[in-house]
Amino acid sequence: MSDILVIGGGGAGLCAAIAAKETGASVSVLGKTYPTRSQTSMAQGGINAALGNVGEDSIEAHIADTLRSAHTLGDENMIRRLCEKAPEAIGWLDSIGVPFSRLEGGRVAQRRLGGAGSERACYAQDYTGLKILHTLYDRALGMGVEFLDELFMLNFIVEEGRVLGVTAIDIGSGEVRAIGAKSVVVATGGYSGLYRGFTTNSSATTGDGVAAAVRAGCVLSDMEFVQFHPTALKRSGILISESARGAGGYLLNSRGERFIDELKPRDVVAKAIWEQIESGEDVYLDIRHLGEAFIEENLPQERKLAKLYEGVDPATDLIPIKPVAHYTMGGIEVDPNHMTKVKGLFAAGECANAYVHGANRLGGNSLLETVVFGREAGEGAALFAREYGSVSPASSAQFEKDRDFVAAIPQFTNQIDFYEKRDFMGKIFYRNVGIVRGEMGLKGVLAAIRQMQKELPFMGIADKSREFNTNLLEFIEFGNMVELAEIVLVSAIGRNESRGAHQREDFPAEDDEKFGGVHSLSWKEQGVLCNEFEGMR
Amino acid sequence: MIRIKIRRFHARREPQELVQEWEVKEGSTLLEALTSIKCEKDPTLTFRSGCRSSVCGSCAVRVNGKEVLACAYKPKEGDLVEPRRFAKVIKDLAVDESEAFKTLKSAKAWLGEPKEDAVVTPEDEKRTERQSDCILCSSCYSACPVLETNPAFLGPFALTRDWRYVADPREGDIKGKIDTIQQNGVWDCTLCGECTAVCPQGIDPKSDILMLRTKSTQMGHVDPNMGSFGSFGLDF
Repeated sequence: MSDILVIGGGGAGLCAAIAAKETGASVSVLGKTYPTRSQTSMAQGGINAALGNVGEDSIEAHIADTLRSAHTLGDENMIRRLCEKAPEAIGWLDSIGVPFSRLEGGRVAQRRLGGAGSERACYAQDYTGLKILHTLYDRALGMGVEFLDELFMLNFIVEEGRVLGVTAIDIGSGEVRAIGAKSVVVATGGYSGLYRGFTTNSSATTGDGVAAAVRAGCVLSDMEFVQFHPTALKRSGILISESARGAGGYLLNSRGERFIDELKPRDVVAKAIWEQIESGEDVYLDIRHLGEAFIEENLPQERKLAKLYEGVDPATDLIPIKPVAHYTMGGIEVDPNHMTKVKGLFAAGECANAYVHGANRLGGNSLLETVVFGREAGEGAALFAREYGSVSPASSAQFEKDRDFVAAIPQFTNQIDFYEKRDFMGKIFYRNVGIVRGEMGLKGVLAAIRQMQKELPFMGIADKSREFNTNLLEFIEFGNMVELAEIVLVSAIGRNESRGAHQREDFPAEDDEKFGGVHSLSWKEQGVLCNEFEGMR
Repeated sequence: MIRIKIRRFHARREPQELVQEWEVKEGSTLLEALTSIKCEKDPTLTFRSGCRSSVCGSCAVRVNGKEVLACAYKPKEGDLVEPRRFAKVIKDLAVDESEAFKTLKSAKAWLGEPKEDAVVTPEDEKRTERQSDCILCSSCYSACPVLETNPAFLGPFALTRDWRYVADPREGDIKGKIDTIQQNGVWDCTLCGECTAVCPQGIDPKSDILMLRTKSTQMGHVDPNMGSFGSFGLDF
């Protein structure tokens, strides 16, 4: 048993693991994939820090931009901490070997992303997330962090309000195991996977950790806030980085007209594109004028993906795009030390809501959050482990329940195809819980989701084998998705206003009097979903 | 529609191995084809996937004997899809990845001793930009013929990653890195270039290994193949 168990090996999980390991603790990282396959690998644009290496910048400006974009749902203290620690975070990443793009003289190169007043995003071509993630992995391996790869976490083991470990399926063997720890960091990523078919995210981003957290007694907050990335490839939802617009790319409609300042925050640009598409226009990203040499040097991934999925070469053709789900601002509520309502259970990265993104995240701030808050969560977990030590679970109830559940799934009748339901959920979420929402649509989707919850026992799996059963894992993921879908909907229905990424056609104005600074909270009591808007006037 | 063949494996079935033919849509990626087979026709079909955009490295398989990322390959009529080599097949296209991943630890492919005052110029960064594009998909490992005869060989991607750190001005212990890769490392490579041919990121492990050999010689190591040749000469 390790002192600290980290769930999820993306940017936040690895930073937590490294920071905890630095204190001398023993650390294990458990994940359903290998760490380098995490969502972080897909981050392209950059990581923000007010270094001022290219244009003039200041930490105060970084704070102000982040606060503005959060639309009153950001916590100034947390944002200040994030922005103040940003230069130090870049310095640390640099010291462990991250191959950032450079300026003459060796300083880290920076570029401008949407919503930022300056060239603030440090980058490594368009592989920023990939290169940070891999360097973190190398570092963690070098430090002797233990990796429990391809273990799928089912639930947290909680007794008397304290986490004691997790239950997980060993994917290769199919065996259910209980893994104990003195403290746990959950860093499992967001839930954009609810929008299957309409998301930039990996097919693995199904919100498993967030769903397990709410079952374990954590509070989820601001779950209605889902960021739509303005520019994903039309057919596949594959991301075309914001840096394409940052470098001077245009958005055009079918008539070849520009219709929005391309560098506005993502919520504004996504909505403008959505309105064009709803009025019957096709929308394109045009980067032809940047020139082939620039595209090859700075946007090689984009070029490759546009060719593969749309059959167009951005150097000579327009790129057909649409906005799709990209990042979930909501998540597990944490205190300023990143601890959840469950003692000893910390959360960091996209799965957490540390109140720095609020109603709309700025490009370049999520990688920053994974590093700064990931490290803080790891330090907090190490401190907790030292202070409170290990406790042996009084019962093996959670393990037995989960083992029996996994053993029972192959007996489910499988009369309803969950893959079909999963695609259907993606479609109705995109149409009705998307960029522009309305009460009727939201309530319709809620009814459909509640029906799916009832139908789960009539779904099931065709693959009855134990070893590497992806059919079984995807069914469990679908269960997590359905659980979170209800929470997103209830929160979205309750917020009768438009704010940041939550745009309501029936309540088009920001209602500061009623909802300014008000967070939606969701939790479960005896399995029943409870929801309130904290301090609503 | 086109037809593709998939080599499948299941430890508890008789026969354990079989080749199945499927009809799939022309023009979609192999990963889209595999996903549609799984979701619409046979949910037992097993493979790994993730980002769909060639950065997570989950979905490398062999098509007609050559490694490809399923998400970046468009299948053609008659293609044979198989799991990667030099890894135990767990089920269908899913192999045990742990052996290949272990090479990173054996090769100590990380920044060993960070140098405090190192300056990284744009030229320094460019020198190993390509190498740090690696997505750890294990395509090169599967393509490497050395592993047929020497399963302990560190393999192409771990050595490329070592070079990426050896060439980094921030590395303070180049000798430690070089010493680590003498056994089952740089000298075991036959420079056949199969790794380079299959890398989806355009990385050239063969030339990285050559660079590591030069560095090894500079640090006083001797090509063991040359050594044995020399003694052969004397004995004769």
